[in-house]
Amino acid sequence: MALRDELGPYFGEYGGRFVPESLIAALDELDAAYTAAKTDPVFQEELAELHRTYTGRPSLITEVPRFAAHAGGARILLKREDLNHTGSHKINNVLGQALLARRLGKTRLIAETGAGQHGVATATAAALFGMECVVYMGEVDTERQALNVARMRLLGAEVVPVTAGSRTLKDAINEALRDWVANVDNTHYLLGTVAGPHPFPVMVRDFHRIIGEEARAQVLELTGKLPDAVTACVGGGSNAMGIFHAFLDDPEVALYGYEAAGDGHLTERHAATITRGRPGVLHGTRTYLLQNEDGQTAESHSISAGLDYPGVGPEHSWLNDIGRATYLPITDDEAMAAMRLLSMTEGIIPAIETAHALAGTMKLGLELGPDAVILVNLSGRGDKDMETAGKYFDILDTAALTAEAEEEFAMRASETGNHA
Amino acid sequence: MSTSPVSAVESVIAARKAAGSGALVGYLPVGFPDLRTSIEAAVALAENGVDVIELGLPYSDPVMDGPVIQAATLTALNAGFRLQHGFEAIAEITARTDVPVLLMTYWNPVVQYGVDRFADDLVAAGGAGLITPDLIPDEAREWLDASSRTDLDRVFLAAPSSNHARLEQAIELSRGFVYAVSTMGITGTRKDVDSAAKTLVARLREAGATSACVGLGISSPEQVREVLQYADGAIVGSVLVEALATGGVAAVAATAARLAAGTIH
Repeated sequence: MALRDELGPYFGEYGGRFVPESLIAALDELDAAYTAAKTDPVFQEELAELHRTYTGRPSLITEVPRFAAHAGGARILLKREDLNHTGSHKINNVLGQALLARRLGKTRLIAETGAGQHGVATATAAALFGMECVVYMGEVDTERQALNVARMRLLGAEVVPVTAGSRTLKDAINEALRDWVANVDNTHYLLGTVAGPHPFPVMVRDFHRIIGEEARAQVLELTGKLPDAVTACVGGGSNAMGIFHAFLDDPEVALYGYEAAGDGHLTERHAATITRGRPGVLHGTRTYLLQNEDGQTAESHSISAGLDYPGVGPEHSWLNDIGRATYLPITDDEAMAAMRLLSMTEGIIPAIETAHALAGTMKLGLELGPDAVILVNLSGRGDKDMETAGKYFDILDTAALTAEAEEEFAMRASETGNHA
Repeated sequence: MSTSPVSAVESVIAARKAAGSGALVGYLPVGFPDLRTSIEAAVALAENGVDVIELGLPYSDPVMDGPVIQAATLTALNAGFRLQHGFEAIAEITARTDVPVLLMTYWNPVVQYGVDRFADDLVAAGGAGLITPDLIPDEAREWLDASSRTDLDRVFLAAPSSNHARLEQAIELSRGFVYAVSTMGITGTRKDVDSAAKTLVARLREAGATSACVGLGISSPEQVREVLQYADGAIVGSVLVEALATGGVAAVAATAARLAAGTIH
């Protein structure tokens, strides 16, 4: 069977449904509605129309030669999901699920959010469809992503800061699941990544598949061949699954997912789930997890709220185990250096999440050399990160910044050694 | 429901039923506020009319639990609770009382410990079985095998939203009792027990259940009495945890005794 045809609920030994019995009926209902919608031309046309007239699809690909000069001269192409309405890939999945929720007669959308990108996208869809919206966000994240909190509130959503546990994304998911159990009659849980119980991993992937499908055709048209590698950042892994999926059965295309290594994947402060974790059960699915010996979930750490998650989508766990995709750690400092470099060489400010993919791509480019073509999922824009970035960088003059960015990257690259 | 050899939990419930009433199942988390006190509190449940002890294993991501139990289990984890402490507590509690002890645990700790190893160590400690709030029978193959091999009870959940086939499955694969979730929600005290509970138990009976206990939102002797009019047992948790948090073991004993009055006509 083609790798692209995996439909869940299991990807190898990963996936499934590890949730309270109370949610099973809702998951079955969602699964049935999704299965019907997949082959329903009316649904597909509704979604396609929204993408054309609201999201702004197809998104561009942009070649970035000045950035690529710092990456071994490889040809680097960015899939510009940052240009989508609301500023990231998240809107692809949100519009699909919101349409499904409407079909199911649900009037209330709830969501978890880390960086706030998914929360903003969900609040946007709720405003568009006239639905009530509650977004759960770890208290730590509401502080480091205050701008997105304001955006969600302006869109009419209620933002609930979650004070339980580590007060980050994983705790926001717990709280959203508790809300869903209690309000499943009128509420759809609009899960924002390719994790959670079936059918979420496969459904969210499918709503993001359009990223890879568009990009594959765009790269073929521009270069006459498939790229040598496709890269993306991986927290839960929705943007990565979205761009990987179209290439899963092209064995000549290497797939790289870059995890958040925080202070370093060998320290205690990281979110490098596949690099450092082991299989377990969290948030309804069996997958790689950061956890202690007793199976208690470990706290993850990353400068990017969107990657600060101790789990990962089950399909990524499977792609890792079968060797189809490679997952590598990128530190906070490497990501921030790449964020600055793309901003200063190409005039594109990426989200800090996305900057992890750029940092990984720089290492990969050095390894593959100038003949390589690398497609990067530029999953989100960095406007929301200005506070974090401003604090991180201080203010220096432009020349010093560029020199420092290059120097810093060269130093990091020599410290961490070879790419793989 | 499997019958051989006889489940101690099922026998206790059947005996209370035969006497014209039903069983009181009392929940407390192990390790809260500390391991020693949690053992004393569990023994106090047994000495004050609780028929089955449900010992909660602290877990970092308890999605079925409300604020009271979340706070208690987080306290236990922050104080250094390890799985080994759970087995130690069960061994001591079962040495001091004949009341059967079920362990309520989210699934990942069992997976990481090893399902077979967990079952063997639970038997060795004198535990009666597991209540698994985030493990549905569909995903439970390893646990079904391990519990059958060791004759441990396995309590699956039934919800108001479960269809008939799922109720039948929960009944067939549960041993000890079926945990009937009274309401679409999480643990915590509620003013009224949802009328959905009565309907659910009636549907469970229709599907063949002989041992069904109702949990979620039960916190007074009146509610215990009301539930036992149609169910085989009433499960009480948050109000006991609150008592322990505010008044220690003595308050747990008093609260358990007060709740147990609800099992007497």
